[in-house]
Amino acid sequence: MSEWWTYSLRDLLLFSPSTYYRLFELYNIEWWPLQIFALALGMIVLLLLRNGSDQARKAIAVILALCWLWLAWAYHWQRYASINWAASYYAAAFALEALLLLWLGVIRQPPGMAEARNKSGRSGMVLFVFALLAYPLLALLPGRSWTQAELFGMAPDPTALATLAIILLGSVRPAWWLLPIPVMWCLISGATLWAMASPDFWLPPLAALLASAMAISSARKFSGQT
Amino acid sequence: MTTPAKTTPPLNNSRRRLLGMIAASPLLVALPGLTRHSQPATRAIPSSGEALPLVGLGSWISFNVGNDKAARDASAEVMRNFFQAGGRLIDSSPMYGSAQEVIGYGLTKIGRPAALFAADKVWVSGGDAGRAQMEESRQLWGIPRFDLLQVHNLLSWEAHLPTLFTMKANGRLRYTGITTSHGRRHGDMEQLMKSQPLDFIQLTYNLYDREAEQRLLPLALERGIAVIVNRPFQQGALLRRLARHPLPSWAAEIDCSNWAQFALKFVISHPAVTCAIPATTRVAHVLENMGTASGRLPDQAMRARMAAFVDSLS
Repeated sequence: MSEWWTYSLRDLLLFSPSTYYRLFELYNIEWWPLQIFALALGMIVLLLLRNGSDQARKAIAVILALCWLWLAWAYHWQRYASINWAASYYAAAFALEALLLLWLGVIRQPPGMAEARNKSGRSGMVLFVFALLAYPLLALLPGRSWTQAELFGMAPDPTALATLAIILLGSVRPAWWLLPIPVMWCLISGATLWAMASPDFWLPPLAALLASAMAISSARKFSGQT
Repeated sequence: MTTPAKTTPPLNNSRRRLLGMIAASPLLVALPGLTRHSQPATRAIPSSGEALPLVGLGSWISFNVGNDKAARDASAEVMRNFFQAGGRLIDSSPMYGSAQEVIGYGLTKIGRPAALFAADKVWVSGGDAGRAQMEESRQLWGIPRFDLLQVHNLLSWEAHLPTLFTMKANGRLRYTGITTSHGRRHGDMEQLMKSQPLDFIQLTYNLYDREAEQRLLPLALERGIAVIVNRPFQQGALLRRLARHPLPSWAAEIDCSNWAQFALKFVISHPAVTCAIPATTRVAHVLENMGTASGRLPDQAMRARMAAFVDSLS
């Protein structure tokens, strides 16, 4: 598209808000009761975080990788691509994140990295619990339906936020290559929500930017100590 | 399903009857090339003389509903009512997500009406890719050929226009065109209007976006090029702005009872405009749009008054 930079985000929006949220409703109906399994996976991640062993951290990376792979295929490729031609590129990015999680979180995971017990770690835990338990409640906002709930492992936004939380917690290291795709997704999602005039548009980008800033700050302190 | 456009109440039966009476009244203002029908008024395509209803149906956003069967059925109902109200031209693009597929679904469901005037676009770089895309689009619509194919936003027009002219010469296409929107690339469009044998142009024109009045619309009249108008309601933004103000009482002189009618009548009453293509997901809105093309239209003096009034609100 020529002169694309002169278009506003709202000019580029391809679908109506009702179509967008209906997409989640149909997706949830199609895969019910997989949502229960996804919620259980989130709880297992919480337990693994408490365990903190090398094996637990590798298991977390595997779970996250499976979630990103699932989203690449079931959400982006199968669903979102039907209303947004850019979703095929999102699917590729999500599949790449899954591979990065497996490579950096399982194969190249250095041993003996303890869970971060600093401010960054606490923030990570808060963010993970928010992504797992609070984010789906946004579906109760006016004009939406609980059947449109976006769940960790099933929907991209809470999964991206949960992944950022895990990175903050230091349970998957080295983390830098894992940051760009979730952060970019949160920015894209925020822009989409803003274009649709959704009141919660600020949530994904703000969480992503805060998580990135804290991860960078934490890494600087860590490198300063060593 | 929300509709990104109008604030008007749904038409009730009495209003529909009233609109029908207006359509049958002898009060329609005579405009160049304008003919009257029992339903929407038409204007001739300059290059052929074929009559097109002044109001068509756009598909940007409204028909991009993906695999949602309920929404696809609702889109098919919009199309059914559009044709029953005398509509002909439906416009889409490969850029519009699933809109082409949804149109194909609707046409299959309602039984492809003979009146259909199928307008689509090519939106890709390169001639080979363009030919492949146009064929894919045709298959998505499920039609033997398009009536009109346009180069979307002038993208790769050097490669696509020769293809379109060849298709037209071979009888695989009836009309050729180019498009722009949001007031962009008007200079390039003007050059192509002067240098290429185009049947149609498509551009943005509405009560707020009136730049096309300066050069492109007069040039279209001079060169005998049909004009399709997109974004007549600025995707609803125009109506949301106007909704803060009361409709002037003199709007009744041109059978307007709400801002949507006011805005649409302004667009389709320009003598260079062949067809405006508002998009909607609601049957009530498509009926109202078609009814708007049936009632009295503003003459030049009234059009100036309408524009001045809207400017005074800004």
